[in-house]
Amino acid sequence: MTAAAPIPDSTLAREARSQADEPQSLVMRFSGDEPLMMDCGTALAPWQLAYQTYGTLDAQRSNAVLVCHALTGDQHAANVHPVTGKPGWWSSFVGPGRPIDTERFFVICANVIGGCMGSTGPASTNPATGAPWGLDFPLVTIRDMVRAQAMLVEKLGIDDLFCVVGGSMGGMQVLEWAALYPQRVFAAMPIAASARHSAQNIAFHEVGRQAVMADPDWRGGRYLEEGARPRKGLAVARMGAHVTYLSESALHRKFGRRLQERDAPTFSFDADFQIESYLRYQGITFVERFDANSYLYVTRAMDYFDVADAHGGKLADAFRGTRTRFCVMSFTSDWLFPTEESRAVVRALNAAGASVSFVEIESDKGHDAFLLDEPDMFAAAKGFVDGAAAARGIPG
Amino acid sequence: MTAHLPPPNPPPPHLPPPLGPADTAARPRKDHLLLAGMVAPGARVLDVGCGDGSLLALLRDRNGVDGRGIEIARDNVAACLAKGLSVIQGDADTDLADYPDDAFDYVVLSQTIQATRHPREVLEHMLRIGNRAIVSFPNFGHWRVRVDIGLRGRMPVNETMPYTWFDTPNIHFCTIRDFVGLCELVGARMEKAWALDGRGEPVRLPLPWWAWNLLGEQGVFLLSRT
Repeated sequence: MTAAAPIPDSTLAREARSQADEPQSLVMRFSGDEPLMMDCGTALAPWQLAYQTYGTLDAQRSNAVLVCHALTGDQHAANVHPVTGKPGWWSSFVGPGRPIDTERFFVICANVIGGCMGSTGPASTNPATGAPWGLDFPLVTIRDMVRAQAMLVEKLGIDDLFCVVGGSMGGMQVLEWAALYPQRVFAAMPIAASARHSAQNIAFHEVGRQAVMADPDWRGGRYLEEGARPRKGLAVARMGAHVTYLSESALHRKFGRRLQERDAPTFSFDADFQIESYLRYQGITFVERFDANSYLYVTRAMDYFDVADAHGGKLADAFRGTRTRFCVMSFTSDWLFPTEESRAVVRALNAAGASVSFVEIESDKGHDAFLLDEPDMFAAAKGFVDGAAAARGIPG
Repeated sequence: MTAHLPPPNPPPPHLPPPLGPADTAARPRKDHLLLAGMVAPGARVLDVGCGDGSLLALLRDRNGVDGRGIEIARDNVAACLAKGLSVIQGDADTDLADYPDDAFDYVVLSQTIQATRHPREVLEHMLRIGNRAIVSFPNFGHWRVRVDIGLRGRMPVNETMPYTWFDTPNIHFCTIRDFVGLCELVGARMEKAWALDGRGEPVRLPLPWWAWNLLGEQGVFLLSRT
């Protein structure tokens, strides 16, 4: 059996691919003598972070907010995405008059190290070979992502951040920031996150990775050089993961058992049900914009995440003596990062004597709720941010 | 064993200054002002069952207090966050166990003990977490309650106890004298105690305890570990 000839990339996919080295955003380049010291032991250099900023840094450099993105997010938090043409992934939360008000704060959002939208990652060109890094790229951790962001923030001339905020994997970065650089974080808002990735979540990630690697077009990770793309594998990974971002009741409300543009089942494996059609669409569109190896690396980073690890397994010790104000949020229907995970963070922060607020937002939209229009989340976030800004002396 | 109250106190020592023109719109509750008068400036305070955060905001604005709260109702927590307060959505019956010993100067339980499932454990945690505990509660021994039950044969429904029996969150009502008994049981020292009348003012007359238990609509206690 011979492998089928690779399907040529769509314009969109070529566009996405071109972002890896030369993104349509700001880029901070770190030279050979500014290596990123990674947890795996590698000193990565040269390297770069793609980022966006919104708003204006004040004279005291006191109003900087770092937004951390989730697994498949990127630096385009509040601007139209240059590849997909869609609004920024958190434009409901970050913008003029939004909870993270860009008329008041200087907002930075960077693509994570290991990502594929212009920060150095497996899709970037390895300067030593001139070919894409692929699996030669060193394994990334959440702490590496945070170290990289800290170097970016420093290069932007900002000593300490007013606030670090993010959901899901973004929330993991928020917690790591607070643990690693407590002096540099005035306020921290981890949303729908946890201090360690659960066995169930590692399991889902492993299923996704195996789907990618089972695709013959993955080519042992060297698909970019061989002109192939593991479309099927990555799409299946995305379909599976997407289900975990929703909730049973949201799926039922949105799709039920309704059929897709037909009156009766076709007695085939066609996408009879609306939910099937929806998931297939989610898979296909994701493949266009996201690099498969990047998906492997970033999911792995989440799996390795456990803030307490570096503190003898005691989470409270990660935050001992902190002066950061925390606001932890979870969602009632989120079963991927359930409220109990947030409560564990809150308990540890209490035990460490930290200033912490916690609210569980009522929503049936599952884990994805943090990306959606959730008025209760916005109100709580705005209250927390405004209170912290007043304490820091940032004018309203 | 006879439960007895300490002698009635003079008005609390450091009552906050009078209201400025700016905050006359939201005039603080009288019992909140009384509690604020008990808390030393700059103290660390945990308000258990902090509601919409009005007491914590008062303590912050007038006493310069570093306050924290626990509140069970989601909308109240959101209201607290909007006031810039540090408040956790949680349950006094389960979540106090998470706090380390001596984490606060004062732990306040304002009009909440009657709604807890385990008042004794809650009080013990408060005395463990804080150097002092401040507890205020509606007095089920007030004469109007006794009239309602004793003469009318009905459970009381009034301003301090606004719920009907079938939808009340208040499952552990007690009298001032009952509460004194609990303090003795858990070994709490009663540093100060007040009975508040219907207007929220301390009953100033030097009366014996049974009269407090009859005339006080609320009991307010400042406790410490023995």
